[in-house]
Amino acid sequence: MGEGGKDDTMKHRKTNLEPLEPVAEKPENQDPMATPAANPHKPEARLGREVQARIGQQLRALYNDVVSQGVPQHLADLVRRLSDQDQD
Amino acid sequence: MKLDPAIRDQVLATVPSLRAFAISLCGNIDRADDLVQETLLRALAHIDSFQPGTNMPAWLFTILRNLFRSEYRKRRREVEDADGRYAETLKSHPEQTGRVEFEEFRTALAKLPSDQREALILVGASGFSYDDAAAICGCAVGTIKSRVNRARTRLADLLAIDSVDDFGPDRATRAVLAGGGRN
Repeated sequence: MGEGGKDDTMKHRKTNLEPLEPVAEKPENQDPMATPAANPHKPEARLGREVQARIGQQLRALYNDVVSQGVPQHLADLVRRLSDQDQD
Repeated sequence: MKLDPAIRDQVLATVPSLRAFAISLCGNIDRADDLVQETLLRALAHIDSFQPGTNMPAWLFTILRNLFRSEYRKRRREVEDADGRYAETLKSHPEQTGRVEFEEFRTALAKLPSDQREALILVGASGFSYDDAAAICGCAVGTIKSRVNRARTRLADLLAIDSVDDFGPDRATRAVLAGGGRN
């Protein structure tokens, strides 16, 4: 669980996945994996709301799994040790 | 002079999300922890270049990302969770998301080009604004937006193909179209 400072801002921060906005159709670099067959009608113009919600939810679940592990002891010790040294 | 405890606590409070970001970059928990450790060493050695009152998470994420780009990335993701330790550390989410679906998502995420994955994580999971994400990645805000959009589109495509049954008719149709184009 969280070490030391109980600053939970990262945990409770909301995320910023806005609805897809039309972005200028100018790929900055072509994705070589994009199969033309998969999107003959440019379905990327609009992702279903459900799909978006699903992706957002899974992304946060994956991420928060790690966040909820808190600060590993060796990293907490490291920060404490370095903070107690004289700064110069 | 010792470090201001308030600053130290801000650093500590950011460590959990730094690790989550590092794992998404490295794909390997041991290397991610090394990367976080190196980030903390570097950050605390240069703590006087941090402006109190500004965004500590963004500052630390920037350092971590630069380190990753300059050193870790050379080693690529070749040992991507070879021993399954990352997968093991993850709790399963039987309620919200089936285990299989969760694994599929993780696999799909790993297939994204790294710049897209990074943008999606920063904005969609870490909770950074587009502006902060752009600053962390050293690119324009529009570039971040376009990467996020392409990441989500690509994920949707990958997931539709992999798990048709889980999703609505719209996605099923697209998966069939995609599958038909293959054989």
